Amino acid sequence: MSQVFMHIFILLLVPPLLLGVIGKTKALFGGRKGPPLLQPYYDLIRLFQKGTVFSTTTTWVFRAGPVVGLATTLLAGMLIPFGGHGAPVSFAGDMILFAYLFALGRFFTASAALDTGSAFEGMGAAREVTFSCLAEPALFFCFLVLAKLSASLSLTTMLSGTCPLGTGVEAPALVLVAASLFVILLVENSRIPFDDPNTHLELTMIHEVMVLDHSGPALGLIQYGAAMKLFVMGSVLLRVVAPFAAPSAWADWGLFILGMLALAVVIGVVESAMARFRMVFVPTFLVAACLLSAFGVILLLR
Amino acid sequence: MNEWLVIAGIACHAFSGVPGLFMRRDTAGGQRLALGLSVLGSALGMAVALAAFWAPTQSIAFIRLDALAAIFLIPIFWVSALGSIYGLEYWPQMKYPENGRKLRLFYGLVTAGLAGIAVSANSILFLFFWEVMALGAFFLVTTEDHEREVRDAGILYLVSTHFSTLCLFALFAIWHLVTGTFALGPLPPGAVTPTMATVIFILLLVAFGIKAGLMPFHVWLPGAHAAAPSHVSALMSGVLIKIGIYGLARMVSWLPDPPVWWGGLLLVLGTVSGILGVVFALGQHDLKRLLAYHSIENIGIIVMGLGLAMVGRSLQVSTWIVLGLAGALLHVWNHGLFKSLLFLSAGSVVHSTHTRSIDKLGGLAAAMPLTALFFAIGAVAICGLPPLNGFVSELLIYLGLFRTLGLGTEPSWGVAAFSAALLAMIGALAVACFVKAFGAIFLGSARSDSAREAHESGRAITGPMFALALCCLVIGLFPRLVCPLLQQGVAVWIPSYDGQLPSLAMMAPMGWISVVGLTLVGLLLAIGALWGLRLRRSRVGAAGTWDCGYAAPSPHMQYTASSFAQMLGVFFVWVLRPQVHASGKQTVFPGPAHFRSHVMDVVLDEILRPLYQVGVRITTAFRYFQGGNIHAYLAYIVIFLILLLLWK
Repeated sequence: MSQVFMHIFILLLVPPLLLGVIGKTKALFGGRKGPPLLQPYYDLIRLFQKGTVFSTTTTWVFRAGPVVGLATTLLAGMLIPFGGHGAPVSFAGDMILFAYLFALGRFFTASAALDTGSAFEGMGAAREVTFSCLAEPALFFCFLVLAKLSASLSLTTMLSGTCPLGTGVEAPALVLVAASLFVILLVENSRIPFDDPNTHLELTMIHEVMVLDHSGPALGLIQYGAAMKLFVMGSVLLRVVAPFAAPSAWADWGLFILGMLALAVVIGVVESAMARFRMVFVPTFLVAACLLSAFGVILLLR
Repeated sequence: MNEWLVIAGIACHAFSGVPGLFMRRDTAGGQRLALGLSVLGSALGMAVALAAFWAPTQSIAFIRLDALAAIFLIPIFWVSALGSIYGLEYWPQMKYPENGRKLRLFYGLVTAGLAGIAVSANSILFLFFWEVMALGAFFLVTTEDHEREVRDAGILYLVSTHFSTLCLFALFAIWHLVTGTFALGPLPPGAVTPTMATVIFILLLVAFGIKAGLMPFHVWLPGAHAAAPSHVSALMSGVLIKIGIYGLARMVSWLPDPPVWWGGLLLVLGTVSGILGVVFALGQHDLKRLLAYHSIENIGIIVMGLGLAMVGRSLQVSTWIVLGLAGALLHVWNHGLFKSLLFLSAGSVVHSTHTRSIDKLGGLAAAMPLTALFFAIGAVAICGLPPLNGFVSELLIYLGLFRTLGLGTEPSWGVAAFSAALLAMIGALAVACFVKAFGAIFLGSARSDSAREAHESGRAITGPMFALALCCLVIGLFPRLVCPLLQQGVAVWIPSYDGQLPSLAMMAPMGWISVVGLTLVGLLLAIGALWGLRLRRSRVGAAGTWDCGYAAPSPHMQYTASSFAQMLGVFFVWVLRPQVHASGKQTVFPGPAHFRSHVMDVVLDEILRPLYQVGVRITTAFRYFQGGNIHAYLAYIVIFLILLLLWK
């Protein structure tokens, strides 16, 4: 039981720290001091204390967007094992639920964007749903590889590190999956080089442009949800790349959080070292991610 | 006993439109009588169908009432009765005195035909009901036969359905040749040669594929669904095309020893149908055509499940059979529910705004909150998203497809696993398409006067929609309820396993789906309530949408359905082949410009129409013989008879 509480505790509290680490890493690379590590928390608290302005064109759908986005991410986070601990919710087919929960969130955040009647937000919504049409099959190819390797249909077993490494074709398949998952992680969480959460030009953004009209606590919900999504999807990647477990339960939680922070540093390095791609290249990379993980499946089928 | 009750239910539907024929055109009595008969027939039929799950009977030789028939009967009766209620307000006799009576007559006949097909155990009876259904549907599609577009759609449907019937005649002739009887039932192993079995399989694939709207046999479907009145579209899309699935599933189960490639072919056709269906839907500007293409997509998903079950049958892997077929059968129900819901919502929009063009609508959620809510529920369900019913059936098919990888010691047929990733793509594309449709119709601000003057529909329209939405929610949250029914259906499909089938409830996480679904609902309410409290305690303002400083934004600057789908349209330009009509290059002082684009149906416009032209050119030569001169015709008969006498 305490494991479940710890899981929820980490899921609720740690995600914004990842954004802080990414920001700090980028600042270090840019030769700046950068905002404090806890800045995302301060931002969230500030947003939750603010008033709200609703556009007069909007309806209940606009208000449903942030709520559904956060609730689905929270629930998806309950399906992923953190470190060597099993996920609180685990059953045959939970990886399908995992993917579809994010799709549900996407349905409502994109609808909320269209609810404002703004051309810019329409653009963002169109891009979001378009790119995920390619990200989704890539993710499922990854799941197919993991399912085959672990002989299971549940994320907890798939990500438990029991995949037999080092013999035959399993290792290359896992490498392909990791590469594919990294691309999916960056695209779905609107990171550079696919999208820039800090840009201020509406025409070029994907995710950020969808939330132009959200303000105050609503914006807070969205940013909190986005941080959590990065954390949850990142933890899938982490468990594929480094499926280690520490000897004691508490050390294992610590190891997991350290691993996540290391992943944040890696994302920060990628963001510092690369420029944003032009929008037309995003599908190209997603197709590549799809093909990489499809090759992974083919390797295992032989 | 039960058979007589179901026959009574079918008769109620068949005669529901008849009394109205003898009443005055400008009174509402006939319509109420038809509604009463329809509801009575449906209540009888559904009660008997439910009983048939536990006590299948065949005391009358030509009627078979078992679990598989019952699974198809229930949505037929349910959707048909709800459609009748909907028709009270959508197509009232007082408003449509010229065609209301015809519409109700054939509506009842089609329902009767559909239910009759599902219980027929005799090929003659099957064909009789098939033709009642097929021809009745022609008159339903052409309800508004004063419009050219409707007549065209009707003729195309008539040609397609005749081709389907032709294949059925051939099929049943061969069946009679092989078995020596008109009774329909399982063939014993070795009863047909492999060649003959393949011929039968191809014939039934084409015949039922046309009716189901499986790609590439779907050409009649979009036009017919768009042309028909909305509750008829709901009936056609929700249950009529499923009778093709019923025929396919039932007849393949009777053929002994299917080779693997049958299942493989179904899996491929299903996947292609799924992807191309949703891609074509993305290219549509007409709301009802868009929904019609989604029917093709969902038929594809159903056929994927059926194909998986067939592969499982050939390779004797019972888990694939149970998961694939249970997923397909549940998706038959689910699609019947959410697609009818979507068509009824679309009808409510058309009823209020008098247009089906998505790009002329917008902002309807404010004026039509109930319709918007029900459309949103239907849209979430059709995308297969939790916590609604579409998720459950897709999950079953996913689980089956994942299991073809051969996990652990299980047998494997791994190529099928690629369908799982493609099914994920279908899901994502469906989300894109329904965000587009929902957003462009109900959200933002109105793009035309008719959308600005929209009003909510009355209770006869929203009531049936509520009933369907509730069904979607109940199946989505408590799938355990339908588990035993599906298990019975699968057991009927593959009797040779005889109680040895693995339990669906053991393999599929039905309990977890309820837990997760309810948790999701709880989380939504909790976060919503917390935010609501926060909103109450803080300042809430209202202002216009942020327009980046532009002084005079207009509703026409919103993203339209076409602009929303533009990027995806570019990915799939190789199959969509959009026709663009735009004004050419502008000079320094541009004049008025225009831009129009529409998407053709590749199979119909680029393959079948040219073929048809060739056929017309060849057969024109023979028109000389058919000049309308009756003496010449008599002479032909005499010549032909003499030739026959000489030959024998």
